[in-house]
Amino acid sequence: MTDRAVGAPTPSDDPIAGSASSGAGGGSFRRARNVLALVPFHVYVLIFLVLPTLIVALGSITTADGGITLDNIRQLFTTDVFVDAFVKSIQLSIATAILGAVIGGILAWAVARGNPNGLLRQLVVAASGVLAQFGGVMLAFAFLATFGFNAIVTNVFKDTLHLDLLSDPSWLYSLTGLAVVYTYFQIPLMLIVFLPALDGLRQEWYDASASLGGSAWSFWRHVGGPILAPSFLGALLLLFTNAFSAYATAAALVSQGCPIVTLQIACQLQSEVVLGQENVGKAIALGMIVVVSVVMVIYALIQRRASRWVR
Amino acid sequence: MTEPQGTSLSASTPAGGALLAPPRPRRRGAGGSPGQLVARAIVLILILGYLVLPLFAMLEFSTRGDYGTRSLKPYTDILSYPNLMEGITTSLEIAALTVLGMLLLLVPTMVWTVVRVPRMRRVVEFLCLLPLAIPAIVLVVGIGPIYRWMGQNLGVIGASPLTLALIDIILVLPYAYRAIDASLRSIDVATLADAARSLGAGWPRTILQVIVPNIRGGILSASVLAIALVLGEYTISSLLSFNTLQVVIYLLGKRDPFVSVAVSFSALLFAFVLLFLISRFAPGATHRGRQPAEEPA
Repeated sequence: MTDRAVGAPTPSDDPIAGSASSGAGGGSFRRARNVLALVPFHVYVLIFLVLPTLIVALGSITTADGGITLDNIRQLFTTDVFVDAFVKSIQLSIATAILGAVIGGILAWAVARGNPNGLLRQLVVAASGVLAQFGGVMLAFAFLATFGFNAIVTNVFKDTLHLDLLSDPSWLYSLTGLAVVYTYFQIPLMLIVFLPALDGLRQEWYDASASLGGSAWSFWRHVGGPILAPSFLGALLLLFTNAFSAYATAAALVSQGCPIVTLQIACQLQSEVVLGQENVGKAIALGMIVVVSVVMVIYALIQRRASRWVR
Repeated sequence: MTEPQGTSLSASTPAGGALLAPPRPRRRGAGGSPGQLVARAIVLILILGYLVLPLFAMLEFSTRGDYGTRSLKPYTDILSYPNLMEGITTSLEIAALTVLGMLLLLVPTMVWTVVRVPRMRRVVEFLCLLPLAIPAIVLVVGIGPIYRWMGQNLGVIGASPLTLALIDIILVLPYAYRAIDASLRSIDVATLADAARSLGAGWPRTILQVIVPNIRGGILSASVLAIALVLGEYTISSLLSFNTLQVVIYLLGKRDPFVSVAVSFSALLFAFVLLFLISRFAPGATHRGRQPAEEPA
C-alpha cells in the first residue's frame, strides 16, 4: 500500500531473532509464533473498527431486505437536506480551520519563542490539550454561560454598555454560533499540532539569516515560511477534519433541525425510519468517510514532505 | 527555495509587521528584542484572554447566589443528583477499563513489532491511526448493530454501559500509539530485550519488568489521554443511550443549568490538572518536538 522503505529506520529482523532465540531448527515455528502474537490486536481492530466500517459501507449500498441498490447514495446528491448538510459542514470546517490555524499559529509562535521548559508553556500546552480534545458538550455550556441568556457578556453589553451587539443571544444557536465555538477549540488544537514544527526552526537559522543582514520579513519570507509551509498546511487539514467530525458541541447548541452532516446522521439514527430510507444514514456516514479520507491522504503526502525538515 | 543572497537582502526592506519578528541572534528563551517581547505579550494576552473568557464565565455563572451574592451551592448540589453521581462513576469505571484494555492490547503488540516483526510496524501504525479517518459518529452507525447483538446475546454484561470501553479503546488508539511510540523510539528495545532474554527471562517478564519501566512516560501519557477522552466522550454514549458523565451533564443542562455548568467546570479543571502534571513530570512523552533537547548529548 505504501512504500515502507520511506523513513523506517527499523533494525533488520534476522540478527535479533537469531541472537535472542536458542538453537536452530525452529524457523517456521518461530515465524508462526511471531505472527500469532500479533493476532489479538488485529482481531480486536477487525471487530471494533474494520467491521463497523464495513457495515457502513455495505449498508449504504443495500436495501432493508438485503438487495443491492445505489438509491441511498443517489439520495446524497439529490435530496436537498443532505446536500445542504454537506455543503454547510464543509463551509463551517473550512472557515473554522483557517481561523483556528491563523490565530492558533500566532499563539504557537508566541509560546515557542519562550522558555521551552517554562511554566507558561506547560500551562498553555496542558490547557490546550483539555480544550482541544476534552470539550464537546462542556464547551457549549461554557459559551452559553458567556454569551447565552442572562450570561455575563450578554448582561454587560445589554445593561452596562447599552449596545444591541451581543445582547440578543440567539446567534449562539445558529451556524454563526457553531463557527465561534468551533474556532474556540480549533485554536488550542492548532497550538498542539503546530508547536513541534515551530520548535524545529533552529536558532542557527535565525542567526544565519540575521548575520547576512536579513530582517524579520526576509527570514519568514525565505527561511521560516517555506520550512513551515508543509506543517502549516498539514495542520490546516487536520483542523478541517476535526471540525468536520465534531458532533457533541453541535448537538448541545443546535436545537432545531439537523443543519450539518454529523447532526444529520444523528437525526437519521434517532428518527422514525421512513420506509425505503433505512440505510440512508449509512450512506451519509460513508460520504463523511470519503471526505475525511481524501483530506487525510493529502495530509499524509504533505506530512511526508514536512518530515524532511522537522527532525 | 534557495535563492541568491542578493534577492533576500533586497527583500529585507519592507517592515514585516511586529508580529513576525524573531531574527536577532540570541539564545532561545533568553528574552529577545524589546519589539518582539511586546509582540509576544500582546499575542499572549489577547489570545489567551479569549481562551480563558468562557472558562471565567463558567466560574461566574456557576457561583451565582440569590440577589447578586456568590454561592457554592451548585457545587454542593452535584452530590444531590444521584443520576450525576452515577454518570461520574460509570465514566470513571469505563475509563479504568479503557486504560487497562488499551495497555494490554497495545504495549505487547508494539514491543513485539519492534523486536520481532519490524515489517509489521507500518501495518500496526496504520491500523492505530485509522480511527482518525473515521469520525466517531460514523463509528456509531456501524457499531450500532454490533452493540444490539451484544445486548441481546451476552446478557447483563452485553447491555452494560461498561461495554463502551470496547469502542473507547479504538477511539484512543491514535493518541495512545503516538505516546507509546515516542517512548519506544527513545530507547533501544531490541538490545534491552536481547539482554533480558539472554539472562533467562521469558517474554512476559521481559516486557513487564524490563521494557515497561523504560517506557513508563509514554504509558503514563497514553493512560491520561485515555482517561480524558473517556470522561469527555459524548457522541457514542449518547447515541447508544448510555448515561455517561457527558450525557448526564447534557440532560441536566435543561433542568438545572447552574449545576451542569458547575460539573462541566470541575471536569475541565480536573482534566487540566491531570494533563499539567503529566507535562511536568513526564516530559517529552506528550509532545515529541521537545524530546531531542532533553536527551543527554
